[in-house]
Amino acid sequence: MANEKSNFQLVTNGILNENPIFRLVLSMCPAVGISTTMMNGLMLGIAVLFVQVFSSVTISLFKNVIHPRIRIPTYTLAIATWVTVIDLVLAAYLPEAYAQMGIFVKLIVAFAIITMRLEMFACKESVNDSFWDGIGMGLGFMCGMMAIGFVRELLGLGTLMGFDILGFKPLLFFVLPCAGFFVVGLMMAFFNYIEIAYKKTKQA
Amino acid sequence: MKNIMTRHFLTLLLFFILPGLAHGQELVTAKSFGADNEIIVSFSEAVDPSAAVNTANYTVYEQPDPDIRLKITEIILADDHMSASLFFRDPLNTTQSHVVNIANLIPAQGPATFTVAKSYWGYLIGILVSALLINNFVFTKYLGLCVFFGTSKRKDTAKGMGFTFTIVMVVSAIMSWFFYQFILKPFDLNFLQIVVFIGLVSLTVQAVDTVLRKVNPALFNSFGVYLVLVIANCVIIAVPLILADNEYNFLETFMLSLGAGGGFLLALYLMSSVRERMELANIPPTFKGVPIAFIVAGQFALAFLGFSGLQIF
Repeated sequence: MANEKSNFQLVTNGILNENPIFRLVLSMCPAVGISTTMMNGLMLGIAVLFVQVFSSVTISLFKNVIHPRIRIPTYTLAIATWVTVIDLVLAAYLPEAYAQMGIFVKLIVAFAIITMRLEMFACKESVNDSFWDGIGMGLGFMCGMMAIGFVRELLGLGTLMGFDILGFKPLLFFVLPCAGFFVVGLMMAFFNYIEIAYKKTKQA
Repeated sequence: MKNIMTRHFLTLLLFFILPGLAHGQELVTAKSFGADNEIIVSFSEAVDPSAAVNTANYTVYEQPDPDIRLKITEIILADDHMSASLFFRDPLNTTQSHVVNIANLIPAQGPATFTVAKSYWGYLIGILVSALLINNFVFTKYLGLCVFFGTSKRKDTAKGMGFTFTIVMVVSAIMSWFFYQFILKPFDLNFLQIVVFIGLVSLTVQAVDTVLRKVNPALFNSFGVYLVLVIANCVIIAVPLILADNEYNFLETFMLSLGAGGGFLLALYLMSSVRERMELANIPPTFKGVPIAFIVAGQFALAFLGFSGLQIF
């Protein structure tokens, strides 16, 4: 391994530097589609975390026997298997949350972030590193989803995780499905603003 | 041999023509859905006005549930007594065919029974338009966004991606339909849906890639690069899952996949037109690039909300 990174660094890298939603701009469909409440974000985040960690570990374990020319189909198959597992588990044990998320659990199979992580990281690094990278990416996705859910739920419904915080509904517009685009766009602009301001202070 | 063929053909022809002829002698000549809660019936001769406006003479139900009679509140007879409008208490579900039974209209004849339904082609086109505009996969279902934002920078790219995607979408949806109907369902393998559908999509993409490379290298050079991206598009896996959930038949599958592909093409083209213009605009530095694209997409999504409730047939 060229660059030795601690487990902790791998995890924080996924959450901050290479946050799947706000930095890599991957897996936007769920970020817009079902981030209406924090709870939804948390549930889908857990599902993605599960799939990411297990498929990373699977690919990392078998990286020496996978022929490079068929690596993409192999990744897809590994992901599809783990998605089926989490899909059936959620449908059996958390039917309400599963109904809320609808088709998006099954669609984890097409999330670009997971395939990309397998291609960029898991097929080269050790099992241990892949595991922690998977955790970092999954947590990064979960934090991103929850951050969008936080804004939309607080502004749209005046609640957080289902608990009433404000006691009134400031802007019902934000729970409308199409507001997802606006919230994500505005949040990205906000993070860009912080970055630009940060660079300016560094230069000065 | 030829003689038998001709006779069969004639029988078939009669089979199609006869009901039409018989239809002409019936009391009811035309029927259709009117407003939300209205059925319009035309008669071949003037009917008895007092019997025709009596709601007790009519029984109407949706074909699958003969026990649930729909409540008629009022019947209005035209001045020439040749047509009547039936008004119901609740709006009708026009996707179902309705059975109407009228008794005692003309004493000599028995009760007249007929069904009112939207034409099947109208229903199919309804699916297409719905997938294209009302339930556009990008702007109202929020699928395929990664590829949507990635390839909507130039009009040419948008067109290439859109067409490639539509073709792959239709082919893979039809293949998935066959697999679902004839393999997954009979053998009770529904839990393998995800694995099988994603496998089929990868296969289709690979096949289109190989075929195009051999058959039309020029086309491959312009569209080949998008083929890889097709697989990363959630819509392509969402459509087989939707058609499996809704038990669509073959034609419905075709229309849904065509609508999904066309809707994606439409969304990409609209978006790329705006983004080409945006390059000349003076955008605040914090919004440059992806954030402003999201805001524009949000405005498109708002606009597409206007299509909800659209009914063509």
